[in-house]
Amino acid sequence: MRKVLLAACLGAMAAFAAGSASANDELNKMAQNPKDWVMPAGDYANTRYSKLNQINASNAGKLQVAWTFSTGVLRGHEGGPLIIGNMMYVHTPFPNKVYALDLSDENKIVWKYEPKQDPNVIPVMCCDTVNRGVAYGDGKIFLHQADTTLVALDAKTGQVAWSAKNGDPTKGSTGTSAPLVVKNMVLIGISGGEFGVQCHVTAYDMKTGKQVWRAFSEGPDDQVMLDPEKTTEHGKPVGKDSSTKTWQGDQWKIGGGCTWGWMSYDPALNLVYYGSGNPSTWNPKQRPGDNKWSMTIFARNPDTGMARWVYQMTPHDEWDYDGVNEMILSDQQIGGAERKLLTHFDRNGLGYTLDRATGELLVAEKFDPKVNWTSGVDMNKSSPTYGRPKVVDQYSTDKQGEDHNNKGICPAALGTKDEQPAAYSPDTQLFYVPTNHVCMDYEPFKVSYTAGQPYVGATLSMYPPPGETHMGNFIAWDGKTGTIVWSNKEQFSVWSGALATAGGVVFYGTLEGYLKAVDAKTGKELYKFKTPSGIIGNVTTYEQGGKQYVAVLSGVGGWAGIGLAAGLTDPTAGLGAVGGYAALSNYTALGGTLTVFALPQ
Amino acid sequence: MIEDKLLRTVWLAAATTMLVVSGEIALAEGASDPAAVKSEEGKYVDQEGNPTFKVAADGTVDWYTYSGYRRYHSECHVCHGPDGMGSTYAPALTVSLKTMSYGDFLSVVASGRTNVSTSQENVMPAFGDNPNVACYMDDLYVYLRARAHDAVGRVRPAKHEDKPVAYTQAEDSCMGKR
Repeated sequence: MRKVLLAACLGAMAAFAAGSASANDELNKMAQNPKDWVMPAGDYANTRYSKLNQINASNAGKLQVAWTFSTGVLRGHEGGPLIIGNMMYVHTPFPNKVYALDLSDENKIVWKYEPKQDPNVIPVMCCDTVNRGVAYGDGKIFLHQADTTLVALDAKTGQVAWSAKNGDPTKGSTGTSAPLVVKNMVLIGISGGEFGVQCHVTAYDMKTGKQVWRAFSEGPDDQVMLDPEKTTEHGKPVGKDSSTKTWQGDQWKIGGGCTWGWMSYDPALNLVYYGSGNPSTWNPKQRPGDNKWSMTIFARNPDTGMARWVYQMTPHDEWDYDGVNEMILSDQQIGGAERKLLTHFDRNGLGYTLDRATGELLVAEKFDPKVNWTSGVDMNKSSPTYGRPKVVDQYSTDKQGEDHNNKGICPAALGTKDEQPAAYSPDTQLFYVPTNHVCMDYEPFKVSYTAGQPYVGATLSMYPPPGETHMGNFIAWDGKTGTIVWSNKEQFSVWSGALATAGGVVFYGTLEGYLKAVDAKTGKELYKFKTPSGIIGNVTTYEQGGKQYVAVLSGVGGWAGIGLAAGLTDPTAGLGAVGGYAALSNYTALGGTLTVFALPQ
Repeated sequence: MIEDKLLRTVWLAAATTMLVVSGEIALAEGASDPAAVKSEEGKYVDQEGNPTFKVAADGTVDWYTYSGYRRYHSECHVCHGPDGMGSTYAPALTVSLKTMSYGDFLSVVASGRTNVSTSQENVMPAFGDNPNVACYMDDLYVYLRARAHDAVGRVRPAKHEDKPVAYTQAEDSCMGKR
């Protein structure tokens, strides 16, 4: 097995030397092998779907823990490991260790990487010191450290091949997201939306670490890498200065629009897709205008970095509904025609389906019926507000103004879904979506900007929707019609990435720590096991020695570790802490463990 | 920028002074009795002259407690959790403020703190340069002190005293409002 891998790597390198193939050809090929899990989302399309079917709906109930591995870190563990041949690469939150385990040799640690980072980066990381995983390409493992160092490690030895500095943590930039290897480049975003960072996606040469291009989320056209004539929104050119004219003065320089989510890629169209986050600050009154291109889906040509099309989902954000969640690429029929689709479950509570070649908006529907800040998206193509959400005045924190406490807005700032990625099964043509079911009170007020300091500007409190006691749902979604097919209640937000498999089984984790297997068709629970800590990691599957395994990191934290660890605020205090208001700390404690499941011999 | 530096210097000096002043008392009995003994233009102080909360029988809180609630849930709760309840990576201030003196509080907020060991890596940043925090130190202290003594619950205070005129003036000058 190992020899095969080495041969494959050498082959890839030789191909590079000859300049006849690029990393994505190799990666694309590797991603076809269901025994491996070669990129954070499993494949370029971000489906988180595996063709493995040894574990199926009739035997999933017999799953057992096969082995476990402690990461030695007790913070929120997001993301999941990569599996390439007999090697597994496990990452951790700060201090961002990476372990290479040999799955063919008792999961022995082959190498370990632990960077030295200034601990002063810790408090700059809004919402815990999470990291969403590593990427593979060209025989290297790529890691974006908390201090924004992008480092390339030799996959065989863990030796540092090169490193590049992607931002300045003293000004509020940090690294939390997973890189994506495309062609001969490593693409990486950046975090810092609560610190007024002008965020960007940057492409680095995979061989040398040299910067190839950098595209900001807001600023002059050359910085955003837009072509006023060729870059389109809803099929029309965006025009000159499309970003800067939607900000007051030079506020775009501290505009946020951070890029800490997931990226996907369509090799045939040669387009990379990702979303940008909230505009800074959280006080909308302080930044009049649409604040483009925050809250935007970008489709970019990875060769040039130029944007092909954009779509701003939440113009002039008033609730912190970052647009960074994953873009899942699927090919399905709509209205009898085969379409190349992009489906995105936004923090704002809307599930969008677009044509990924053109950016044409096809579907925009609420994926939680409780979403109330908007009455829906204007789908009338001849309307001047086509594609814009209609904001309900009562829940507009801008209309109600500063120092006004806006009550009962759904969803809460953490969104109907946060970074926890959904999965798509081509077998059922359904998306499996981990969601939050939480509402909030939101009061914006004036703040002043200081470099490297939080730039928030709103007070908020969160609670389950009135009359309900559960804070999460795990749903199956039809992206063609924008409808919920089935929905499972969960006591807490589902903050774990889902996995869909050809066995007809869908997996996800819960904040109490359960790994759950459910029937892809019905949502019926087939199996659950309580891991050592709450799960905010993504479920992964692989095959080793003829056996299918399912792996997940547990280790509660992240934003879930803030709002929910203490239990949410009960706006009708006096009724007692029951149901949805109960504290997560009653169910689980800190941890950092990889738990791996398999069927018995 | 000059204002920021000045602000920080002022706070550090204040924090240092308070440490010296309150040091012995803190040693003797930890945090002192929070009962308000008098009010100076809407700001209540305890018998030692430290800022404290005032909650009327009908639940009306003093302005500082209310303002502290708002500032806390903007600047602090992303680490210390809602209502000072703590998170998976920062301590519950409802517990800390039971024993922490006013001087220590000012010092830690202004200068930060590093608590790194084999089992934890807790780092609090210095907020002395951040007017959104530094201008509201007393508000935060009073609110958290009220939380630590169970004087206010987990929800937003429903009723509060009016914003004092002297407070508005001090806030405007601290925040550099012209």
